Amino acid sequence: MQPPELRDEVEMLSLMLLIRRFEERASQQYQAQKIGGFCHLYIGQEAVVCGAVAAARPDDYLITAYRDHAHALARGTTADACMAELFGKATGCSRGLGGSMHYFDKEHHMYGGHAIVGAHVPLAVGMAFASKYRDEDRVTLCFFGDGAINQGAFHEALNLAGLYKLPVVFICENNLYAMGTSVERSTSLKRLVDRAEGYDIPGTVIDGMNFREVRDKLGEIIDSIRKDPHPAFAEIQTYRYRGHSMSDPASYRTKEQLEKFRGDDPITRLRAQLTREEKLTNEQFDKIDKEAKETALASVKFAEESPEPPLEELYDYTYVNGSAS
Amino acid sequence: MREITYRQALNEALAEELARDPNVFLMGEEVAEYNGAYKVSQGLLERFGPRRIIDTPISENGFAGMGVGAAMVGLRPIIEFMTFSFSFVAFDQVVNNAPNMLTMSGGQFNIPITFRGPNGPAHQLGATHSHATECLYANVPGLKICTPATPRDAKGLLKTAIRDNNPVLVLESELLYSSKGMVEPEDFELLIPLGQAELKREGSDVTIVCYAQTVPLALAAAETLENDEEISAEVLDLRSIKPLDLEAILKSVSKTHRVVVVEQDRPFCGVGAEVCYRIQREIFDALDAPILRVAQEDVPMPYNERLEKAVLPSAEKLIAAVKRVCYT
Repeated sequence: MQPPELRDEVEMLSLMLLIRRFEERASQQYQAQKIGGFCHLYIGQEAVVCGAVAAARPDDYLITAYRDHAHALARGTTADACMAELFGKATGCSRGLGGSMHYFDKEHHMYGGHAIVGAHVPLAVGMAFASKYRDEDRVTLCFFGDGAINQGAFHEALNLAGLYKLPVVFICENNLYAMGTSVERSTSLKRLVDRAEGYDIPGTVIDGMNFREVRDKLGEIIDSIRKDPHPAFAEIQTYRYRGHSMSDPASYRTKEQLEKFRGDDPITRLRAQLTREEKLTNEQFDKIDKEAKETALASVKFAEESPEPPLEELYDYTYVNGSAS
Repeated sequence: MREITYRQALNEALAEELARDPNVFLMGEEVAEYNGAYKVSQGLLERFGPRRIIDTPISENGFAGMGVGAAMVGLRPIIEFMTFSFSFVAFDQVVNNAPNMLTMSGGQFNIPITFRGPNGPAHQLGATHSHATECLYANVPGLKICTPATPRDAKGLLKTAIRDNNPVLVLESELLYSSKGMVEPEDFELLIPLGQAELKREGSDVTIVCYAQTVPLALAAAETLENDEEISAEVLDLRSIKPLDLEAILKSVSKTHRVVVVEQDRPFCGVGAEVCYRIQREIFDALDAPILRVAQEDVPMPYNERLEKAVLPSAEKLIAAVKRVCYT
């Protein structure tokens, strides 16, 4: 019997593998034209959301931008529901009405999936406001990319969170590119974390390719917020291996840069750490990776066989009936 | 019944709903310590405290978005825009986040939020502060919109809006805040359903469809038409733009066979365009004359008083339009 913490790390490695294998399948299905619209992959960034989820409570509020497949999977949404959503099926996590960029799962406290850059950051502040309003000790985890920090909504939200001392962690997943525009070409700051200083919000820089560092540093931040509500900002330095979306060959960056980050892969790194510490054998790794691949493959079958949302329900989700009792 | 102002009616609605439901809170610029830019929230801070009556910085996008987020997790926010002209700064939250969430989440997240504040031209506020936003927001599925013209409607519609489980815009009128009208006593639970028009005046020769600031204008014009022209005008106050009470419109037009829509917004894609389309689609044969619309002129609002008056709908313009549809 492994001690809980160690069991958790293998579990989190499994989760990172599931996310990666799921997205590899999604990529394949997109190319096969089974998936419509836009599709933004998270491959390379897995340690960020997995570290955050490992550090948080399952009932802490979580909200993110459009690169959201991993955030739902990390929260416990099934691969089946995630793949079915990409296929636009009624069994999808948003009943096939949201698509890749609009994943929602109320049961698992996943509050979207928001596709207008920066627009969900005020929403996160509102959720944190609700926690404080009701004297709950929930913390809101608000993920966004480096591109969001130049939007007005982001700045307004940080000021409001700082002003009202709300329990929210702003998690900037700095993957160095806002679509095709590098941080150097978009942001006047040298260090993105310095954005927080302008709002008197404490900031931390975290290596996003290292699961343990993400978990431990975010864990400290979340614990301190739970004890005494306040906002915090974490710049998590990471990298996406793929382009901005499926249609982007990412020709704006060098092969050398990609190879450098690939060499520091978060899954390889956690595996090496666990193997070195004799907490994981090669056989065990192969087993969990095989399981991840099988789950991802099965999700494609599930999505293919699932029904479309019925046409008769077209008008059923525009307004909800009823009023406050 | 007692006579109170439109402002007082809104204040009572807010106070009653705050007292009734602990999940209701009011947030906006100057709503608490200043008692509201137009004093609609007078006394609420004192009664309900700073936890529930919340002053914000000038950050419409930020605090409107906060409202949407708080609504996602079970609160029932009332977000005050000092004027709906400022809601454009929060346009993304009002048109993208609040009304889309239910669909995008496959029905998991409804947004029980009320956006309220004065809307429409006031007096010499110039182009940026004079917007009538109803036609813009009415274009967005997922939003409900009401436009009270009397103290009674203001109270009853605002209370209903706060209890509704969808995003509702309560578009008040700055020029009407001090107007007076009869309202049920305070202990009476006054709830007026959204989507229900009201005949403010009965008539037989022509229907004047109006809402918000054009209601008093239509009533005054109807008096003049009766006295000077012997034209009996029926005045139908839409009260809600969305849902639209088509049934009430058709009923009145079937009786009078002539219609003028007097609206406070601009003519191009304005509320009246939709009303006209629906009337001709449903009861084309009942019409004895083409429908006319009286709206603003299609220009940014000038500051100059004489020019502003020329832009706005007026009793004179309305009377001329009515006489034209009556072929007199």
